[in-house]
This record gives sequence, C-alpha cells and structure tokens, in this order.
Amino acid sequence: MNTWESAMTTDRHDPLRAALPVAVACGLIGASFGSLAAASGVGAGKAIAMSSLVFAGGSQFAALGVLASGGSALAAVASGLLLNARYAAFGAALSELLPAGPMRRLAAAHLLIDESAAMALAEPDAARARRTYWGAGVAIFVLWNLGTAAGVWAGSRMGDPAAFGLDAALPAAMLAILAPMLRSEQARLAAAAGGAVALVLAMFAPAGVPVMGASFGAVVALAAGGGAAGEAS
Amino acid sequence: MTWLVVIGLAVGTLALRLLGPWLGRGGGDGRFARVVQLVPAAMVAALVVIGTFDGEGGLRVDARAAGVGAGVVALLLRAPMLVVVGVAAGTAAALRWFGLA
Repeated sequence: MNTWESAMTTDRHDPLRAALPVAVACGLIGASFGSLAAASGVGAGKAIAMSSLVFAGGSQFAALGVLASGGSALAAVASGLLLNARYAAFGAALSELLPAGPMRRLAAAHLLIDESAAMALAEPDAARARRTYWGAGVAIFVLWNLGTAAGVWAGSRMGDPAAFGLDAALPAAMLAILAPMLRSEQARLAAAAGGAVALVLAMFAPAGVPVMGASFGAVVALAAGGGAAGEAS
Repeated sequence: MTWLVVIGLAVGTLALRLLGPWLGRGGGDGRFARVVQLVPAAMVAALVVIGTFDGEGGLRVDARAAGVGAGVVALLLRAPMLVVVGVAAGTAAALRWFGLA
C-alpha cells in the first residue's frame, strides 16, 4: 500500500508529463520558425542547426527578423545575444540547481530557456525543481527541433511567402513574444521607447541599426529613470 | 543567413547561459538584473515595429501592416501565439488575394 501510494505520488509529480503541453506548444512555435526560415531563404541545414545549437526561440526569430529587413550578420548576432542576456539573470537564480560536473553543467546550461527556468523555479523543493528543469528542458528541446524540421520541410514547399502572408507572420510572432513581457510599468515604458526609437531610426539609418539602437536607447533611459525613481521613494 | 550567424549566436548564447551560475555565486548586481529584464521588451518592440513598417528606404504601410494589426486584435482577445500568427498571416494573404492592399 505504501509502495503503491508513493508510486502514485511520484507519478503525479512526473516532470515530463507536466512539461508536455508546454513542449508541444514550443514544438508548434518551432514549426513556425522553421517555415519562416525556409520562406526567407535560410537553408534547411542552417535553420535546423540554429534550433539545436542556439535553442532560444526569441533570439532565433530576432536574428531572422534583422536579416529579413536587410541587416548584417553582425547586427543579427548582436540583436539575438542582447535578447539572450536575460539567461545570465535566470542562471544566477537557478545556480543552486545546476550540477557540478563540467559536461552535465554544459548540458544543463544549454537547456536553460524561459520555460524550463520558470517551471523549475515554481517547484517547492530543490529535488523536484531539478527533475522539472531536466524534464522540461529535454522535452522542449526534442519537440522544438522536431518542430523546426517539420516547419522547414513545409516552408520549403511553399511558393511566394508573401502570398501566404508570411511577412506579417514574423512581426506577429514577435508581438506574441512581447505581450507577456509587458506586466510592469517599466517594461511597458521600455517597449514604447524601443518601438518609437526604432520607427524614427528606420526612416534613415541602415538596416539592423534601428533594432540595436532602440534597445540601447530605451534601456539607458530607463536605467537612469529607474535609478532616480528608486532613490526618490 | 550565413553560418557566421548560426555559430556566433550559438557560442554567445551558451556563454550567457554559463555566465548565470557564475554571477549567482558571486552575488549578482541588482542593477544588471533590472537592465537585463528591460532589454527584451525594448528590443522585441523594435522588432515588431521594423517587421511591420520597414520598407525600401523608409516606412511602408500595406497588407503586411494590416495583418499585424489583426494579430494585435487576436492578442487583445487573449488568443495563443499560434492563433495570433495565423490571423496575421491569413489577413495579409486574404487582402493580397482580393487585391485590397
């Protein structure tokens, strides 16, 4: 009876089962990345390599967006990395959970994404948090890459991407990524400033510059504003 | 896209992911965390704007912008990401199909 009960309990906290809906959603987003990459003329090998080696959806869409608007490779990499700087902050919060060995630590670091971090940090104790982190990370990694491959296959069989409205799909995907970030007043300010600066820069600056310029400008302005507000209160 | 983008983004991202635990042990600076939290919002907003309006040597408002606008409506109705993307692409495709934009 005790064994049965503990088996039931273990089953209920199965990290893979909890992560599955999230992983399926990520797989579908991976499919949209793959089809957009293929429609923008990125080779199948590069799109699939990007999903497995970078494994960070937002930055992959961002790099694709910068390149699609005519930006340089350097601007694409810089935009993606700026977006991924938050992983350093997540990793700091998760540092107690990460394993000690160099290979295991490397693997654990590579599985660090918004979803695995959020699900692990929501767990009540360290053992469950660790299992959730690995379960969610591996499940999402597998479905993200399968989704990308399926998307590349579908996208490369489409004709003119504009006829399918795929040029509107990329900014709409970024919009859906943006929405959950806008919980705090400061984030909404940063987004408004970033959008406004990009719009102005887009009228005359070379491609790739508006996105970078917008993020730096908005963040510097907000860091100054946030510091002043913090001191005043 | 060149392999430079794939490799550069992969190596840089892994470095950022490994930096976290190191910062955590050293006691990360609160200011760094605050700025890092705001970068994605500013940058993704810029990407939305550029992706929606950027044209050859200036701004352009066409079926693409209308599609993204429909995506905003879907988002306000709390549709999931894939529906938002589908509505945006479908609207732009439909407008072009009927020759409206």
